[in-house]
Amino acid sequence: MSLEGNEGLLIHGGPTRLQGPVQQRNLAERLHIDPPLLLGLLLLSAIGLMVLHSASGQNSQLLIRQGIRLLIAFGVMLVVAQISPRQWCRWTPWLYGLSVVLLLAVLAGGVMGKGAQRWLDLGPIRFQPSELLKLTVPMMLAAYLAERRLPPPTSRVFIAGGFIVIPAALIAMQPDLGTALLVAASGVFVLFLAGMNWRLITVLACCAAVLAPVSWFLLHDYQRQRIISFLNPEQDPLGAGYHIIQSKIAIGSGGLYGKGWLNGTQSHLEFLPERSTDFIFAVLSEEFGLFGAFVMFAIYLLITARGLQLALESQEPYGRLLGGALVLTFFVYVVVNIGMVTGVLPVVGVPLPLVSYGGTSMVSLMAAFGILMSAHTHRRLLSEGRRR
Amino acid sequence: MSLSLPLKDSAGESTLFRSRVLVAGLGIALLTLALCVRLVYLQFVSHEHYQNLSHNNRVNILPLAPTRGLIFDRNGVVLAQNAPAYSLEVVPEAVADMDSLLKELREIVAVSELDERRFRKALRRKKAFQGVPLRFLLNEWEVASFAVNRHRFPGVDIQARLSRDYPLGTLAAHLVGYVGRINEADVAKLDAVAYRGTRHIGKVGIERSYEGLLHGDPGYQQVESNAAGRTLQVLERTPPRPGNDLYLHLDAPLQALAEQALAGLRGAVVAIDPNSGGILALVSAPSYDPNLFVNGIEASRYRALRDSPARPLFNRALDGQYPPGSTLKPFVALAALESRLEQAGKKIFCPGWYQLSEEGRKYRDWKKRGHGHVSMTDALAQSCDVYFYDIARALGIQRMHDFLVRFGFGEKTGIDLRGEAAGLMPSPRWKRKARGKPWYPGETLIAGIGQGFVLTTPVQLALATAALANLGERVVPRVVARTHHLGGDEETIIPAVRHSPIVMQRKKNWQRVINGMVQVVHGRRGTARSSGFGARYRFAGKTGTAQVFGLRQEEEYKEKEVAKHLRDHGLFIAFAPAKKPRIAIAVVVENGGSGSHSAAPIARRLLDQYLGQGVGQKKVAGVEMGAG
Repeated sequence: MSLEGNEGLLIHGGPTRLQGPVQQRNLAERLHIDPPLLLGLLLLSAIGLMVLHSASGQNSQLLIRQGIRLLIAFGVMLVVAQISPRQWCRWTPWLYGLSVVLLLAVLAGGVMGKGAQRWLDLGPIRFQPSELLKLTVPMMLAAYLAERRLPPPTSRVFIAGGFIVIPAALIAMQPDLGTALLVAASGVFVLFLAGMNWRLITVLACCAAVLAPVSWFLLHDYQRQRIISFLNPEQDPLGAGYHIIQSKIAIGSGGLYGKGWLNGTQSHLEFLPERSTDFIFAVLSEEFGLFGAFVMFAIYLLITARGLQLALESQEPYGRLLGGALVLTFFVYVVVNIGMVTGVLPVVGVPLPLVSYGGTSMVSLMAAFGILMSAHTHRRLLSEGRRR
Repeated sequence: MSLSLPLKDSAGESTLFRSRVLVAGLGIALLTLALCVRLVYLQFVSHEHYQNLSHNNRVNILPLAPTRGLIFDRNGVVLAQNAPAYSLEVVPEAVADMDSLLKELREIVAVSELDERRFRKALRRKKAFQGVPLRFLLNEWEVASFAVNRHRFPGVDIQARLSRDYPLGTLAAHLVGYVGRINEADVAKLDAVAYRGTRHIGKVGIERSYEGLLHGDPGYQQVESNAAGRTLQVLERTPPRPGNDLYLHLDAPLQALAEQALAGLRGAVVAIDPNSGGILALVSAPSYDPNLFVNGIEASRYRALRDSPARPLFNRALDGQYPPGSTLKPFVALAALESRLEQAGKKIFCPGWYQLSEEGRKYRDWKKRGHGHVSMTDALAQSCDVYFYDIARALGIQRMHDFLVRFGFGEKTGIDLRGEAAGLMPSPRWKRKARGKPWYPGETLIAGIGQGFVLTTPVQLALATAALANLGERVVPRVVARTHHLGGDEETIIPAVRHSPIVMQRKKNWQRVINGMVQVVHGRRGTARSSGFGARYRFAGKTGTAQVFGLRQEEEYKEKEVAKHLRDHGLFIAFAPAKKPRIAIAVVVENGGSGSHSAAPIARRLLDQYLGQGVGQKKVAGVEMGAG
């Protein structure tokens, strides 16, 4: 590939950045890291650990495990960032194929966990292949769409749609509706950013709206129950509605400034379920109040904004599409989690990125940021190389 | 895939991407706004609401059940108490291997298959940190042997709870009653607040009638608890106020003697202190063990009690309605005197039968050959029926009714126990209303000797006797004499309740009737002279024999030929001493035959004991006299 004819876009990244000579490149640049983004992520992780310390009942072992996971996740991000987007693009079809095969393997003989077949037991490692799809689906779409000129014609949109629907359906069969929807969303974001035309978007949205009631009959009982209890939690205060009610009480009782760190009664007296995992935002809100919740949300917004900026500044369509879609997915995770915890969305089991206790999702998330940094920094290296 | 292709329109694609990111940014802004609004709503607008909910989540109010008041007799003999009942409880979370634990426990404490099944069932219901009872009602030996071995069984412990206990068992069971577990019917009537935490409630007898005093007031403790319900700490505690202790008028040795005297029989004894109205003894035989009911009686045992032909659960003393027979005669005699009937002042000839008209039905005397010429005193002493037929005819039913009602016949006595029957004192109006038939003159004669429609309860009889003994002073019978509160620091004496007295035009009339009653037991020809023999005090009595089934004109009653349950009821009323009476008594022996043989001897033994002339009274009663 040659960038010779692309002068305009290069300048677009900002002339000041292009001035430094190669030998003066700082550590961050050499490591393909974006310092502002990294800072945001580290800040978030630190706050997350602090909240987790309280949510887990000051269980230091749990905290250490989470710390190790964070180290691994940041390590993965670093490694992923070193690989150029071109390379990722080349590997994409294979990675996508592999992840779908793993998904099939899970359906064939996965481990049951909490009533659903999600886990694959590979000796020392147990992981959820569906987490992998959160990355490989947008990668596949980005690679496929970036191949030709954009915006994609309707026919290509439908083929791309096939890349989304197949794994999403497999995940939904596990059954894990929440993850299936989020995986599908990450693919749809690629289509959207690639410029899928508005009329098609409108038609598909209408179809989805019509099909939604039909899908009710395809849901499992527990999934229906979740939706029912979301719509009317007080109907069953000690059953399925319990999570939502207790979570709302935790958040609401926090008030403006919260009950103080380690002083959340809801969480410490074990009223709040899943408080170190999916419902950790409620712990934060109870102990740090509206103020704390806003600060936390602001950090998420900054990360999202910086992520989108990086995507905008990315050179190649593949990295741009992928990076943008991953950032949007990241933000959707945040919204879905907080929406669930505050009782405006049904309970779907989405962790709060980087704060909730748990491994696989954190690694795939940081891998996504790695790809984003890769897409951004490799562009700059190329351009700088050209300038030299 | 190569990156060289996008070269076709990079600028255009870039612009497209930029516009899409802008749209996405708009979406992000909208979602952010929505979530912020939600957070502000929860944490600022509704903060107070959720803060209250959070507080309620955290702080539980647990009721503390009060200790039930005790019941004593007049001398402090315990009739109902709260005894520690030991149960063996297992906390599941502290037990690693339940099967081996049960195996080892069995070496020390007997655990039946039923116990284990019940335990395993409860195990699934309860939370892991809550004790699950494995065995109830451990005996002292089991408690001691477990205590020695306790170190071997972490998570297993003995729980002591207070359980109602009736140490004297069947003694005065109908009077004291029993408590039982609160059932759904109770819940509907209860004050839900006062009974939070209480498991038992009085079902019968004093336990039921004095529930309000015995129960006490519950206390509360505010505890901080977690979502699983485990108590973390007690924040505040308001102790419960124990119930009142009740001291009865009951004389336990007298009661015991009466029960002993009625052993094997069916019947009732009621003894009243005529001055206070205090119930000294209230027996219904046969009795039952109230302890069986406290923690739920087994169905088979309950059926046996309920279906027994002797009806042990039936309180004959309050609820049994018997024809008073000749025990009504003293009151009829008084009515005759008060009405200044000419018959009352002269002798009447008794040929052994009585006719209302020349050709009419012959009303028999119990003595076939007749009593000859009898005065009122003679008629009472010998229980001459003909004499009272004549008086009854002269009085007429309405006058008789109106007079006898003043002694409480035909109406509830107002005793401080529930479930009292009213008896029946018939009148023409009653008959028209209840039976739709007119009153026949012959029925007046029958009523005059306490037969026919007349029905009385033993309590009524005893009370009427007391009124007679008191020369018209009428008291309301009382079971409870005084209540103690706060460990005996506060005493409330329940005052005697009196009705307006029965005033006779001539006070002498009382004495004439009482004289006749004295002759019943002390006279040469008195029907109960054998029961009066050798008494070192003078007392007044009247025998009664109530027909259970009617004889036709030609038939003759032969005791031996009649099936046992159709035999006559034997009755006896008495008060002693005849001057300044201290006790009035009514005895009914169902199907006991004549009152003079069945009921009078029982009354004599009781009078002897109560007036301090019994032999070895404390031993015979089988009751320890020590207080508490």
